[in-house]
Amino acid sequence: MDEVFRALADASRRSLLDRLHAKNGQTLNELCDGLAMTRQAVTKHLGILEEANLVTTFRHGREKLHYLNPVPIHQIGERWIRKFERAKLTALSELKRQLEKRDE
Amino acid sequence: MSKPEFIYTTYIETTPEKLWLALTDGDFTERYWFGHRVASAWEIGSPYKFSKQDKTTIAGKVLTFEPPKRLSYTWDNQKPDLAHERSSRVTFDIEPRGKVVKLTVTHDNLDDGGKTFSDISGGWPMVLASLKSLLETGQPLPPMSSPAA
Repeated sequence: MDEVFRALADASRRSLLDRLHAKNGQTLNELCDGLAMTRQAVTKHLGILEEANLVTTFRHGREKLHYLNPVPIHQIGERWIRKFERAKLTALSELKRQLEKRDE
Repeated sequence: MSKPEFIYTTYIETTPEKLWLALTDGDFTERYWFGHRVASAWEIGSPYKFSKQDKTTIAGKVLTFEPPKRLSYTWDNQKPDLAHERSSRVTFDIEPRGKVVKLTVTHDNLDDGGKTFSDISGGWPMVLASLKSLLETGQPLPPMSSPAA
């Protein structure tokens, strides 16, 4: 999990994830297009993202395509968010029960 | 092969055999796939389906069956509003990596901007996180308000 946070703690890397979120499955060239980063910098950032499993690559013919992999982010969410959501849902169902009881 | 629309990967502390069972056994899927049971004769060309409370939710045909490495099937969501969308394809690749197993899920042949497309982009991360949790801790994730995938 440490490497996920480290990978996300950089604005350039987050912007690369944003670009993949907008359009999944891009080549290095496509990702570099219009960015104020050198190709080498993008390659390095993609390597860090891949290591953290936030980016998955896929060989398509001669091209290497990059995909956003949100599974580790989802796991982080599960770890801290789910608990609060559950409480909220319990509170809502309790409210519903109380309101329905009043109708009886 | 067309360019896939989605590729998800997760690393799970388990064996390829256990992971294979988790993908193909109804008792298993029911636990981590938020109540959806899978059933099939598991032969190439045979039908399979996912059902929840006896209602079929996903159905299709087995395309590849190579335990414990590669499983693929066609994917037809049975919701009435998705009937007009074409069959897509799901492939699971299992690779041992030292103490962990790498699972890659590829979903392709999706209708561009279709409803299946938006449904699964939220669904798979949820299902995979729950699968990982079940295999590693014995506990799936608690169900969310909406069914996965």
